Amino acid sequence: MADFLLELRCEEIPARMQAGARAELEKLFRRELEAAGVKHDNLRIWSTPRRLALIAYDLPAATEAVSEEAKGPPEGAPDAAIDGFCKKAGVTRDQLELRDVKGRMTYFAVVATPGRPMAEVLAAAIPAIIRDFSWPKSMRWGAASITTDSLRWVRPLSGIVALLDGAVLDVEVGGIRSGRETMGHRFHHSGSIAIESAHTYEGQLLNARVIVKHTKREALIRQGAEEVAAAAGLKLVADEGLVIENAGLTENPVPLLGRFDEAFLDVPPEVIQLTARVNQKYFVCEDSQGKLANAFVCTANIAPLDPAVVVDGNRKVLAARLSDARFFWEQDQKTPLAVHAEKLSRITFHEKLGTVADKVERVAKLARWLVESDIVTPAKAGASGGSDHTPKVPASAGMTKEKLADMAEQAARLCKADLVTEMVGEFPELQGLMGGYYAAKEGLPQEVAEAIRDHYKPVGQGDDVPTAPVTVAVSLADKLDTLMCFFAINEKPTGSKDPFALRRAALAVIRLVLENGLRFSVDATFETMTDVIAMGRRDDEGQARRDELDALLLNEIASGSAGLHWFILDRLKVQQRDAGVRHDLIDAVVTKDDDLVRLLARVHALQAFVTTEDGANLLAGYKRAANILKKEGYEGPAGTPDPEVLSSLKEGNDTIPDTGEEDPLAMVDDPDVGDILAAEARDNPSLSYTPEPAEQALIDALDSAAPRAAQAVREERFADAMAALATLRAPIDRFFEEVTVNAEEADKRAARLALLARFRDAVHRVADFSRIEG
Amino acid sequence: MSATPLFTPPARDPARSFQDMILTLHDFWSAHAGCIILQPYDMRMGAGTFHTATTLRALGPEPWNAAFVQPCRRPTDGRYGENPNRLQHYYQYQVILKPSPSDIQELYLKSLAAIGIDPLAHDIRFVEDDWESPTLGAWGLGWEVWCDGMEVTQFTYFQQMGGFDCKPVAGELTYGLERLAMYIQGVDNVYDLAFNSAGVSYGEVFLENERQMSKWNFEVANTEALFDLFAKAEAECRNALAADVPIAAYEQAVEASHVFNLLQARGVISVQERASYMGRVRDLARSSCEAYAEKMTPEWQAKYPGWSLV
Repeated sequence: MADFLLELRCEEIPARMQAGARAELEKLFRRELEAAGVKHDNLRIWSTPRRLALIAYDLPAATEAVSEEAKGPPEGAPDAAIDGFCKKAGVTRDQLELRDVKGRMTYFAVVATPGRPMAEVLAAAIPAIIRDFSWPKSMRWGAASITTDSLRWVRPLSGIVALLDGAVLDVEVGGIRSGRETMGHRFHHSGSIAIESAHTYEGQLLNARVIVKHTKREALIRQGAEEVAAAAGLKLVADEGLVIENAGLTENPVPLLGRFDEAFLDVPPEVIQLTARVNQKYFVCEDSQGKLANAFVCTANIAPLDPAVVVDGNRKVLAARLSDARFFWEQDQKTPLAVHAEKLSRITFHEKLGTVADKVERVAKLARWLVESDIVTPAKAGASGGSDHTPKVPASAGMTKEKLADMAEQAARLCKADLVTEMVGEFPELQGLMGGYYAAKEGLPQEVAEAIRDHYKPVGQGDDVPTAPVTVAVSLADKLDTLMCFFAINEKPTGSKDPFALRRAALAVIRLVLENGLRFSVDATFETMTDVIAMGRRDDEGQARRDELDALLLNEIASGSAGLHWFILDRLKVQQRDAGVRHDLIDAVVTKDDDLVRLLARVHALQAFVTTEDGANLLAGYKRAANILKKEGYEGPAGTPDPEVLSSLKEGNDTIPDTGEEDPLAMVDDPDVGDILAAEARDNPSLSYTPEPAEQALIDALDSAAPRAAQAVREERFADAMAALATLRAPIDRFFEEVTVNAEEADKRAARLALLARFRDAVHRVADFSRIEG
Repeated sequence: MSATPLFTPPARDPARSFQDMILTLHDFWSAHAGCIILQPYDMRMGAGTFHTATTLRALGPEPWNAAFVQPCRRPTDGRYGENPNRLQHYYQYQVILKPSPSDIQELYLKSLAAIGIDPLAHDIRFVEDDWESPTLGAWGLGWEVWCDGMEVTQFTYFQQMGGFDCKPVAGELTYGLERLAMYIQGVDNVYDLAFNSAGVSYGEVFLENERQMSKWNFEVANTEALFDLFAKAEAECRNALAADVPIAAYEQAVEASHVFNLLQARGVISVQERASYMGRVRDLARSSCEAYAEKMTPEWQAKYPGWSLV
């Protein structure tokens, strides 16, 4: 067993690339070992800004010898055949063996590949690893770069240490020859170090003031930063991203605490934290009340002669940055948001979708409309949502609908204004937040300021969903507009490409709707929204251009938004899968409903039902009935609506979607249609024979259960609808046990098929059981 | 006959004199890597990278090692002398080493030590910062060098210039001289810097200049004349290109670039126009670089058989 050390030393590797580089090194090393047939699983991979290191313990001394044999032609075969076989097997004729195969002498080629020494395998692997290494960005350097074929690396590669059981593996890549020499800390150690072996590597580097294990440096920064904060009576604001970044910038990290002028604390804490973090990679601290303190923690790469000197230098840099931030903060407030918003007409939202000002105009109208059409109401938003928040009376409690509509429109008109402020120009990640601060400073209503602040939410999976009605209206309007517009110009996500984050927008819509219990039909809403967009505008500036844009949008939406409905339902399936909801159950109800709240209530009831014994058996009964009907090519007697009847029904009731479904009964999802059928069946009980008891029992059960289920669905009591269906389970089971559907008498057969069809349709009106798996 | 020098320079004091810091860098680089010490380019430009010793000499196979101070003009950064660290006129110290030597980082760190920065007293770090100049069709990878958290140098390995791969690659160091001096001298206001050891401050040399030039940049400059100048520089660049004198063409591109910056400071170029002007400047600069590289290629290939421009 042998131990191997590889160190690739180079000029400072960007911190953000080091984790990827470790993974790449591991991947390539494993690839090389596998290609040599070596199974191995005892690897260590470490990185510092100046080196990538790999240690493989317990490698075999050599690869295993492999013997392969191939059966050839029989003795006496034509020469051409034998020569051809030799060529294929890579042997000469005199190396062939003759063996008896079932009484026939046959040629065999035996090719024995001897084991290769591990040193040889690794010496070949190292150049391959270096040459195939993939960096996010790589470069050429030095005299060799006179051609573009020269070696590429993230920054100039300066040394290779390759030791197998302490012996140097001699390789040369890009003019760099391997050896045992490496460098210690850039400033705390001078001259080179001769590494003895994989086992002494970490310790020898430590003596040269380099902590080669990145995890150890991370732990040191994490704890050290906490300690210096605690020593100053403060609490560090934990930031794992900063821990990793600082560990990627240092070989010998030393966290140091400094203070900045308390006067800067007038600036919002998020701004201070971001300035410190993004520009300087400093941690910030809180006092015992959880308020941001005037302190920072920087991570030096040296143990400085006088830490105060280093801290003071860093303090000055931070002070200059914070003065800039304060300048922006004060400057931005000199202009009201409404005036900032005017500049949005200079920012392109999308080439085909006009400016951000155009978008704001649409969002403002939609936000108002969402309130005026009672989708977002003062009572609704915040009432059912935010279950994990402490329930408190929303600030907007008791607000009138008119007031809410006004506020939603006002907030929407201002929500993007901060994009043109100096502060957001400097720190784009503060969008929304700064608008909220500026709105509050301007004295705008709290609800409006909060809506401006939070209207981008929910951004990620774990992000809070807004519940304040004004915010919900603006946030929902913003996302619906984005979805509609990009679908209208056919910029839909494909595969992994979603440049306008439409999947995220759809998910945000779903979460806003579900958590706030917002009730509306997705399809109908998209249709109405196009009318809203087309409403008259307030100002005349650029009216012709905007009219043109709107015309384009309306035209495109008419053809394009059909896909949007399915896009949203698709996101719903993905989202609900994580919550343990079966996608086939969503499929079973989507054609019935596009009110997401109701749809999900139906799915939940269905899932609860099909997992019970009654549910599973009913599903089996349904499938059996559906199969018989299909096998018999059942068209239906009088009582089953023909396509004409259906289409006339459809005219009066446009909730029946035109899905191109072949089975007309699949369309019968409207309780009214079902009732007509049931009534017709009752009015026309022209059974020309006496039904068998099991048959009569099913008829009676259907007479009772079908209207009950339909009624329950109408009243959105889905559990009751399931309970009604459950009463059909015993009768259908008994029917199949005791009654022969395929009776010899034609009338009996027809009547029994009609009965099964009635059963199928009754079930169908609750959910499309044919979509359910199992 | 060797003449006895009549003058022996006094010891430099880079920690207390701006000019001594510059002279020390000159001393250092003239003693290392065989650098020639050049004087500033005699044109108004936004960065040392525009000096032909950097842009044009980064092209081609021939070794080139040079160091120089370049005054930089950024009209929009003017603050009428009222901001302690923002100036519309300041100095960069440029070092260009082609091909990039393998000890370039060590050389650079030694130059910092020469002007008084002890790497065990101050935290020096190389933080990722890639450089790109669409105007010059150029990009490179490198770092900003931090000293106690302050960026003091831009360190770049040029990969492309004028749209051509650099063959070989040059290493470029750009020291921000005023920042570095403020750090070394421990002053918080650029105008308080000691320019020399005889009591002359940076403010005495440049404060009035900043006031007047800021006013001119922002308020006074005749915009009609500037538009005219831009058009003339553009036309002259084309004229020089047509006459196959690409260095002269490049100068006109630099001129057009600065005039554009002045127009920006006067606030007379709208957002929409801005992109178009930038495109025109870029086109001039790149055409000049391309013409220069193509004109020189036969000579380069004669000296370096097998070398090719693309």
